[in-house]
Amino acid sequence: MNEVRPIRTNAEQSIAAAFQAAKTKLPGGPDIASLRERAFAKFADTGLPHRRVEEWKYTDLRTLLREAAPLAAPPNAAALSAAREIDALAAIKLRRLVLVNGTFVAELSDLQPEKGLTIVPLARALADKHALAARLGAIKPETFDAVLALNMAFLNEGVLIEVAEGAVLERPIVIRHVFAGGTAAATFARNLLVVGRGAKVTLVESFEGPDGVDYQTNSALELHAADRANVALVRLQAEGNAALHLSTLLCEAAEDAEILTCGLTTGAATSRHSATIRLAGRRTNLRVAGATLLRDRQHADTTLVVDHAVPDCASREMFRTVLDETSRGVVQGRIVVRPDAQKTDARMSLGALLLAEAAEADQKPELEIFADDVQCGHGATSGALDPQLLFYLMARGIPRKQAEALLIQSFFGEALEQIAHEGLRAAFVDRATAWLAVREKSL
Amino acid sequence: MLEIKNLHVEVADRKILQGLDLSVAAGKVHAIMGPNGSGKSTLAYVLAGKDGYDVTEGSVRFEGEDLLGLPPDERAAKGIFLAFQYPMEIPGVATMTFLRTALNALRKRRGQAELSTPDFLRLVREKAKDLAIDPEMLKRAVNTGFSGGEKKRNEILQMALLEPKLCVLDETDSGLDIDALKIVADGVNGLRSPRRAMIVITHYQRLLDYIVPDVVHIMAKGRIVRSGGPELALELEQRGYAAIEAEAA
Repeated sequence: MNEVRPIRTNAEQSIAAAFQAAKTKLPGGPDIASLRERAFAKFADTGLPHRRVEEWKYTDLRTLLREAAPLAAPPNAAALSAAREIDALAAIKLRRLVLVNGTFVAELSDLQPEKGLTIVPLARALADKHALAARLGAIKPETFDAVLALNMAFLNEGVLIEVAEGAVLERPIVIRHVFAGGTAAATFARNLLVVGRGAKVTLVESFEGPDGVDYQTNSALELHAADRANVALVRLQAEGNAALHLSTLLCEAAEDAEILTCGLTTGAATSRHSATIRLAGRRTNLRVAGATLLRDRQHADTTLVVDHAVPDCASREMFRTVLDETSRGVVQGRIVVRPDAQKTDARMSLGALLLAEAAEADQKPELEIFADDVQCGHGATSGALDPQLLFYLMARGIPRKQAEALLIQSFFGEALEQIAHEGLRAAFVDRATAWLAVREKSL
Repeated sequence: MLEIKNLHVEVADRKILQGLDLSVAAGKVHAIMGPNGSGKSTLAYVLAGKDGYDVTEGSVRFEGEDLLGLPPDERAAKGIFLAFQYPMEIPGVATMTFLRTALNALRKRRGQAELSTPDFLRLVREKAKDLAIDPEMLKRAVNTGFSGGEKKRNEILQMALLEPKLCVLDETDSGLDIDALKIVADGVNGLRSPRRAMIVITHYQRLLDYIVPDVVHIMAKGRIVRSGGPELALELEQRGYAAIEAEAA
């Protein structure tokens, strides 16, 4: 498996050079430095993942990532003002925490104290040896992930958030990842959310940047949810159309936790979101939803592992992928039910809607069940718009393209409906509708 | 209003309609009865403009205009409405959104201004009340999880809102219990007008007790084999399709 191979692609060589140049300048004590070294050494062993690595079968990163961009410099004034300009969620009352070109920007962020809430920028946490920083890296993916290893190797910027036991935060928090500027650069962000017993929070992550710039994002979020925690993670991936977006979610939930993750993907030339969610306490309830809307030659990959490690947990996974032109959408969803995890109730539904002949959907639902008293199911569908439904709408006087838009909306709407926060849900639906409007115009 | 002449239609190379003639004037209600497979639903779909129905011969003119080249939405704009035998479920599209999109699309094409939200809501609530439709139902996705009766009432609600000139009701009575049938029939009767024509397709005479037609046609093997007044439906009920078909043959 872990065959040792020399680093050989251009991209891998540039990444190695960048690491050598950066590692002495990055903040933190020797323990953090050694964490980075170990992560990089593992990355160097395997190199970029390619199609012979099962999890990356449909997204051959070694081929897709020809050139590794240099590390982004801290943002200048122009970048900061650009970051202010583009904010897809500007209309919503959120606590904003902003990373521009991979650097935390305090002046754009809302660090006003709030009872039960601790926010520490990662760079400061590393320099100050903050206790929260010690929790980073505690949740591991099921198998080695080179992208996550790189994220750890360049551990530097991000936000650490803790919600204290019993705290109920009414106002959602958003971590904005903004890229600004006209030349390609690489950014790494590592965020952490620790939610105490019975606490409740909504965390949004948004990713935005300019079209036409092949910048590279590598972002990871770790979530620790304690007993009875209620956490909604909402993701908006609206990167520029030439970007490479790599992101990882690692989540561990304890007893009676309520976890929702819901994402909307419309951006980036190539993107991969990989989520590992471990249900480690009984009676935990998980919902995972995602809508992906692609056109042109976009490629988006969502890879999910839900690990039912203990009995009595329920999970629902729902992904909706809309593919136009020559885009390609990959969804791999695996539900693992461990031997002890009796009474697991898990259901996954994957759906792809192909709007063009040349679009491609790769959907792979998997169940791995080692317990005998469980209810698990999965289904995957892919196809074009239903001509019967189109006829029904048109017979009521709705013109074809509008009828198509209604049906496409209904298809992804199911996934976005999972977002409980009304303002966020509306904003996400608006984003998705804007995607449709572009399509209607081009028809 | 509607003139169908010598209509021949094939579906997947099977001849379904074979020389159908029908003329419907404004203000009249025509019932079309016939056994399964006689081509009743095909006629409904051809009028509404569904794909996959190849007209090989004949013509359909609506208010003097050729209908056959038009897509379904343009036919709807001209005033043709098909109440479906099996209304489609559209999960994820709220009934209100659907009704509003349809109404405004038609108003736009008919050169009328779009209705404001309050005006639209008032209109829908009023029409829904006539059909004993629970306003909660309108918040749900189109026909999704609706009972058979709710689906049919929803069809008639659409018909009332869109104010067509020609209503084609395809087996609107199927799957309805007697109470639901009465509500639907009352809804349809309320829409009868000297400017509006209706084609009521049904398998059973029962519906025609409630929606009394001006003319009854009997279809067999893709043609109309006999026409008459309302009494023809009663005769059919007593003697059965076979006897009447045999006479006509």
